[in-house]
Amino acid sequence: MGRYILRRILQMVPVVICATFLIYAMNFALPGDPVRALGGERPLPEEVQEQIRDRYNLDDPLLVQYGKYMGNVLQGDLGESLAVRRGTDVSDIIADTWPVTALLALVAFAFEIVIGIGAGVVAALRSGSFLDNLVRGSTILIVSVPIFVIGLVAQIVFGVRLGILPVAGTAQGWVSYILPGFVLAAVSLAYVSRITRNSLMENLRADYVRTATAKGLSRRRVVGRHALRNSMIPVVTFLAFDLGTLLSGTIVTEGIFNLNGIGGIAFDAIRQQDGTVVVGIVTMFVLIFVLANLIVDILYAVLDPRIRYD
Amino acid sequence: MSELPTTHDTGAWSLPRRGEPVLSVRDLHVEFRTRRGTLQAVRGVSWDVEPGETLAILGESGSGKSVSAQAVMGLIDSPPGHITSGSIHFRGRDLLGAPEVEQRRVRAEGVSIIFQDALTALNPVFTVGWQIAELFRVHRGLGRREAYQRAGDLLDRVGIPSARQRLHEYPHQFSGGMRQRAMIAMALALEPDVLIADEPTTALDVTVQAQIMDLLTDLQRDLGMGLVLITHDLAVVADVADRVAVMYAGRVVETGRVREVFTDPAHPYTLGLMRSIPPLERRTASLDPIRGTPPNPGALPVGCAFAPRCAFARDRCREEDPALEVVEAGRASACHFSEEVRRDG
Amino acid sequence: MSAPDPSSLGGQQSAAEATHGEDVAEGASLWGEAWRDLRRNPFFVLPVLVIAVLTVMAIWPQLFTDLVPRSCDLSRSADPPEAGHWFGFDRQGCDLYTRVVYSTRASLLIGLTVTLGAFAIALVLGSLSGYYGRWLDAVLGRIADVFFGIPLVIGAIVLLTAVVDRGVWQVSAVLTLLAWPPMFRLMRSTVLSARESDYVQAARALGAGNARVIIRHVIPNSIAPVIAYATVFMGVIIGAEATLTFLGAGLQLPALSWGVLLSSPPPRELLNTPHLLLFPSLFVSLTVLSFVLAGDTLRDALDPKLR
Repeated sequence: MGRYILRRILQMVPVVICATFLIYAMNFALPGDPVRALGGERPLPEEVQEQIRDRYNLDDPLLVQYGKYMGNVLQGDLGESLAVRRGTDVSDIIADTWPVTALLALVAFAFEIVIGIGAGVVAALRSGSFLDNLVRGSTILIVSVPIFVIGLVAQIVFGVRLGILPVAGTAQGWVSYILPGFVLAAVSLAYVSRITRNSLMENLRADYVRTATAKGLSRRRVVGRHALRNSMIPVVTFLAFDLGTLLSGTIVTEGIFNLNGIGGIAFDAIRQQDGTVVVGIVTMFVLIFVLANLIVDILYAVLDPRIRYD
Repeated sequence: MSELPTTHDTGAWSLPRRGEPVLSVRDLHVEFRTRRGTLQAVRGVSWDVEPGETLAILGESGSGKSVSAQAVMGLIDSPPGHITSGSIHFRGRDLLGAPEVEQRRVRAEGVSIIFQDALTALNPVFTVGWQIAELFRVHRGLGRREAYQRAGDLLDRVGIPSARQRLHEYPHQFSGGMRQRAMIAMALALEPDVLIADEPTTALDVTVQAQIMDLLTDLQRDLGMGLVLITHDLAVVADVADRVAVMYAGRVVETGRVREVFTDPAHPYTLGLMRSIPPLERRTASLDPIRGTPPNPGALPVGCAFAPRCAFARDRCREEDPALEVVEAGRASACHFSEEVRRDG
Repeated sequence: MSAPDPSSLGGQQSAAEATHGEDVAEGASLWGEAWRDLRRNPFFVLPVLVIAVLTVMAIWPQLFTDLVPRSCDLSRSADPPEAGHWFGFDRQGCDLYTRVVYSTRASLLIGLTVTLGAFAIALVLGSLSGYYGRWLDAVLGRIADVFFGIPLVIGAIVLLTAVVDRGVWQVSAVLTLLAWPPMFRLMRSTVLSARESDYVQAARALGAGNARVIIRHVIPNSIAPVIAYATVFMGVIIGAEATLTFLGAGLQLPALSWGVLLSSPPPRELLNTPHLLLFPSLFVSLTVLSFVLAGDTLRDALDPKLR
């Protein structure tokens, strides 16, 4: 097991290096003046341009630039904001705003697991029923509607028309997170319920489920203990993969719901063309994504003993 | 020997009774309703098994030989499967009408089953020990430690070396033969009265097959349980079974003591089976396989299902489906011309 | 939004795991049988009809409207729908219906370009990787891992913010660069199982050259699930473009796409003028839905395990 984890970590390293290099190179090594692109349409003052050139070592060869940049990143130095919170360190902005994002992601995750898996199980056990078709239909529908549309429609319906849930900011505590959390979860929730349904249905037909029934176990135990445990393997894999959706989803969701989290900052940064903030946050998201995939690989091995550790 | 019931009902049962059967299936009909039509998987099957006795259910794939066993164990998925009529009695109590809880108790302690492929029949994500111990924990309310203790004893009993350590291994870490032994251990955990073995050796190497059959017959003798052996292997039947029920197209077409049925078949299908195996003494003799193919269970012919392949078939066979009728004490055949078959065979 | 895992829509029954034991002749009948099923399946026929209409709309938008997208009257800014202007007016006072119709082209074009690009990569690299294995497979696999390690929309945001002029081709190029790995992996795994099958082994034993075996035997027998996935993929890309553009990292005015229509007013304003949100997003959603449904039913029809 230890060797397996070590191997996965070693496999992860080149992925992280290449991915971050790619992001870095695209931003700072493309033809044209990267400093001007960072500033967007507003021309940056000469001194700021000089600072950036200096900060990103733009006069060095590309690989050296990248090496120095990553060195800074690993020390928690992601550069300074150019527009959104001008002059503030990106790492400080992140430190300031991550709790909002973490709470939002947690609420979304809870929705995904409780509703997604729950609906999937019900649909599988009543396959072919009205309920099953409802789950199947609504999941395809949700998957097809872009998340920002879901968010805006939810705001109009629940916030503006019905007025039952807060639609912006975090002033009302955890209640403020219900609607954005649900919107953030919506697409993944649809996938989770579908994967759960298909996986559980396949497992319910498996021989070992017949064995469990033949052992005189109750239906509840056959499904809940034997079939469900096996069905969760693809669901867990999906959840890791899905963290990417969740992370980019926070940008949209926090932007729409005006939440002051990392995603909300990124949302503003994109619109205001604050390059350092965008690159800093995205680099961090990529690192989180890769790390989450590592954790899930390990979890996967725990869930499915057939995975060999060597 | 008690009186034989004689009826013309197609599900008629007519076998010698030494004692009370512990498990008996009567006139069972099961069909599978699919989009493409209704498949009559079994059409009036009856059999029973007494304590200490081995009954073989012999048939090719698609003959419905496993379906009645699945019905006993509650493994007919509905939909698409439906038990349309018939009864299953365990120790005199009708199972099909019994409440769910009682059915489960019978499955746990009265009748158990082992399958062809133990790799898929065991749950891949739990250890072998856990899966055996589960029976003791759920049905006997034993604690973890004691349940594992008993599971270890069982693995030891079925001949798995260093049983205590292997308790904590997963099914994929076992070899094919060891897995089937573990499966047997699990089936015998609560000392059932009847064990159903559904093609227990088909997936195994030839050398391992014999070991598993030996183990099964040993355990049967020691525990005095009834054994229902579902197989397509004539040699295995000849080796270990006391009685045999030959199935074709969802029906029992012939039944009786193995020796008598095999040496003096009273149904053309059984006769065909006997002629299709190479006899040891005439190695060079040409084989005589049954011509044609089994009928599609979704579109059975009118009359006798075997008629299209049968050398004895007359017009009557194509109009009237023969009932299973007694041909002599303890033997029955579902053929209009069984006497002719016996004379010619 | 990330490019979907090929297995995520189908759960465990991913096409990649489907057995590919059919011979080439059966490969042909696989499509024949699928077609017979699909012809009668409204969940396939309806989406295909929608896609056909959208395609016509993308090529000849003038067939659907008499107005031109740039004839606008600022005094009618954001006016609600009325007779003759069923979708109302956008902020510039342009007829929203006309704008939506003319936006179809860019949205579909990006979807098509990215899908064809990713499909080409998957076809070539996936076949080579799955068929030859060894170091080639290892190298291509690691490269795919790198791009797989970057969530689609996030990666596209960062790459596109570095691009000053973002048109259809720039957005398509960035999306292709980031979105190909799942399709590549699917192709690789289906090729891998086709390669192990008896008929391919037989063809090789009979002395057929590698190129011939790949083109005549391996690809025809492993491409079905990839085509089904590509259909779903196209829908996902169209949705991703809309999201990117909404965020301000995709297409820019004066280019027109559904995403552009949705991104030009600030989100807060969309809440007060729902028709500006409703109509463009209805088109996006209907388009994505059509591709997802068509691809989904196609995959089920092509999966021999579900027959």
